[in-house]
Parts: sequence; C-alpha cells; structure tokens
Amino acid sequence: MTWSDRPGRRPALVLLALVFGASLAAAQVGADTRRSGYQDMGPALQKMQDDDTANPAMLFVQLGEQLWSKPAGAAGKACADCHSVADMKGVAVRYPAIAKGADRPLDLDGRISLCRTANQQAEPFAPESRDLLSLTAFVAHQSRGLPIAPPDDPRLRPFRDHGAEIYRRRQGQLNLSCAICHDDNAGKKLAGVTIPQAHPTGYPIYRLEWQALGSLKRRLRNCLVGIRAEPYGYGSLDYVALEIFLADRARGMLWEAPGVRP
Amino acid sequence: MTNVLINAPKTARRGELIELKTLILHPMETGFRPGTNGGIIPRNIIQRFVATWNGTEIFSMDLSPAISANPFVSFFTVATESGRVAFRWSGDEGFLAEESVTIDVV
Ligand code: HEC
Ligand code: HEC
Repeated sequence: MTWSDRPGRRPALVLLALVFGASLAAAQVGADTRRSGYQDMGPALQKMQDDDTANPAMLFVQLGEQLWSKPAGAAGKACADCHSVADMKGVAVRYPAIAKGADRPLDLDGRISLCRTANQQAEPFAPESRDLLSLTAFVAHQSRGLPIAPPDDPRLRPFRDHGAEIYRRRQGQLNLSCAICHDDNAGKKLAGVTIPQAHPTGYPIYRLEWQALGSLKRRLRNCLVGIRAEPYGYGSLDYVALEIFLADRARGMLWEAPGVRP
Repeated sequence: MTNVLINAPKTARRGELIELKTLILHPMETGFRPGTNGGIIPRNIIQRFVATWNGTEIFSMDLSPAISANPFVSFFTVATESGRVAFRWSGDEGFLAEESVTIDVV
C-alpha cells in the first residue's frame, strides 16, 4: 500500500501514521553514537574552548580578521574587496570541495591559498604558516554551530573512496590502520589519552601540546608519525582524500571551529 | 601587530570581587630550543605584566621561560571606582603591548 492508494483519508490520521513511522525508522537506524573530540575532553578544556576570551585560537581568528581586510599582492586587493564576511558563513562545513571547472579537490586552506595567488596575485602562503592558518580560522569561525555538510558532488567520490582506503589500510612500522584506533578502540585509552573518534569538527585547532594553532593535516601527520609511517608531503592529495572521507563520516555533526584539543 | 583578548565585566558593584582575564599572542620562545639549523633559537619572552586601575597598580607578575606560548593570565581584584583598567606586557626584543578596558562601578 502506498499513500497515494488512499486518497481522501482523514489527514490527522495520516499525519499520525507519518510521525509514528518516522520515529520508528529513526529507532531502527539507532541513536547516533558519534562523538566529537570535544566530548572526550575534561570540563576544564571544554570551558576553555567555549569561552572566546580564554580559547587561544581566538587570538588567531582576530589575526585572520585583520588580514582579511589588508590588501596584498599585485592586484592590491584584500579578501574583503571580493567577499563579505557574511558570505563565509556555511563555507567551511562544505569543504573539501571541487570548484566548477576544476578537477582536483581543495580543502579550505587550499581554497584560500588559491585566492591568495590567483585573485590577489600575491606570493603564496607557506604551507600551514601563521597567516594562512589565521585566515582559515577566521573563515572557519563563521560556520560555528552549523552541521557538517559535504557537497553531494559525484566528482568527490573517487577521492573519498581513496581516503576510506587509506583509513582502513595498515601502515607504518606499528602496522596499524586509522580504523583500528579510531573505530575499533575509540573511547579506550592510549597511554593516558582517550582515543577520540577522529571527527574533524574543530579545525583549525589550538592544540595545547603544539602551543599553537594547527591544521587537520598537521593532526593527521601526527597520527602517521605516531604509527611510524612516513607522513605525506605538504601538498599531497592523500591528505585531502582523508579529509573528504573524514568530513563525510562526520556529516551532520556540529562545526565547532576553532577548537581546543589537548 | 599585537593581539590581545580581555574578559572584564563592564559594570561592577563597589567593593565587589571581580575577575579579569587576559590572553595575548606571543611565542614565549624559551631560549633553550635548537632551531632547524641546529643553533639555539634566541630567547623571546614576555618578562613582565602589569595591570593598573586608574593609574594605580593592582596586579603585576614576572614571567619566565617555562610559561607557555600565548599566556593566559587571570586575577581577581576589588572594584573600587569607575575608570580605566590598563594592561601592559613588556619583554625581550623590545616587545610592548598595551590594552585597556573601562569598568563602571556603581
Ligand atoms: C595508535 C592509535 C592511532 C592511530 C593508528 C591513528 N590515530 Fe588518530 N589519534 C590518536 C589519538 C590518541 C588521538 C588524540 C590525541 C590527543 O588528544 O592528544 C588522535 C587524534 C586524531 C584526530 C583528531 C580528532 C579531534 O578531535 O580533533 C584525527 C582527525 C585523527 N586522529 C585521524 C587519524 C587518521 C586519519 C589516522 C590514520 C592515518 C589516525 N588518526 C591514526 C590515535 C591514533
Ligand atoms: C579579486 C577577488 C578575490 C579576492 C581578492 C579574494 N577572493 Fe576568494 N574567491 C574569489 C572568487 C571569484 C571565488 C570563487 C567563487 C565561486 O566559486 O563561487 C572565491 C572563492 C573563495 C572561497 C570559497 C567560497 C565558497 O563558497 O566555496 C573562499 C573561502 C575564499 N574565496 C576566501 C578568500 C580569502 C580568505 C581571501 C583573502 C586572502 C580571498 N578569498 C581573496 C575572489 C576573490
């Protein structure tokens, strides 16, 4: 039986059935057990992230805001000359993405770097330099609280699949995969540290161990070095593929950038 | 360019104990770390932090190389009179940052 088989039924009943049906479906899928790394931190660090005057990453957001309106390059243009800050709302949660007419995906800092060289005609930012991270944090901050919403772009699929393949591949001298830690053993302890589920909800983050703002790539490099695997080169597409996979895995989770992590 | 974040109440009752929180962008380079070329990175820290309320010192501290980058300093003081609370950080390489807030005491 389909709904269209029964035209003219009392709408209230139909509505009731719809609501009941929907909640049943949700119960069947099961509760969302995904946790942001934020939830694995102690209350002191959570408070640090939540308080915009105690979260050290906000210093970099402030720096990024200053750079946003500073002209640069041969074009003599500032980001603010071409974009409004309001337009940046909702951008970070749908990256990495592939621009119209392009063939490779860019993550948010990659997109900003492209604007720097192509639109401002300025010297490229050094990878993960303070200025680039600060601008990324400023743009990312505009999406705080929004659900992660990777684009449904079929062109992203092969990259996401490649990311998934890396995620499940054993590698390094310790012969571990990302999944062994972040799926099979998440929530358990590695030395004194709780293994998080590896959702990219807060990037760029201020990591206390780094005493600095750092990118998701830097975090991934840390994990690769941790299992004694050779980290990929700075501009490697392998990172972007992993980022696409992780964003897809975290679809719908809330964006909290810039986060604080231990 | 100096970057500072201050958290202070805009108003306070006379005699009230209030908390002032400050955060500043600074590398706090210890002077003990080797750089990429093997040489020691010269020390570059904030040496002193002073807060004044309408010109009268209410809090000060000496900072050491063991303090983390981007130091967060928070302290309590008693609200006495309306006016300007000024914060001043000074240190190596001629570093100087100043910031102030006004607090209404009612
Ligand atoms: C040996 C276990 C282990 C392996 C293998 C591992 N990680 Fe991690 N990962 C960790 C731990 C532990 C942390 C948290 C570190 C901390 O909080 O100090 C972490 C943190 C992360 C985070 C940050 C999460 C957040 O909340 O910000 C991401 C993302 C991540 N890992 C991704 C990966 C990826 C991708 C791989 C595979 C290339 C990988 N990890 C391999 C143990 C591991
Ligand atoms: C000369 C104009 C110009 C300047 C200057 C410029 N951009 Fe762009 N930017 C563009 C154009 C054009 C696009 C592509 C828009 C599109 O694809 O819809 C773009 C896209 C972006 C996007 C992706 C937006 C999205 O919706 O996917 C971000 C983020 C961005 N720029 C950030 C910056 C930042 C940060 C700066 C300063 C460092 C900057 N831009 C400087 C013109 C500019």
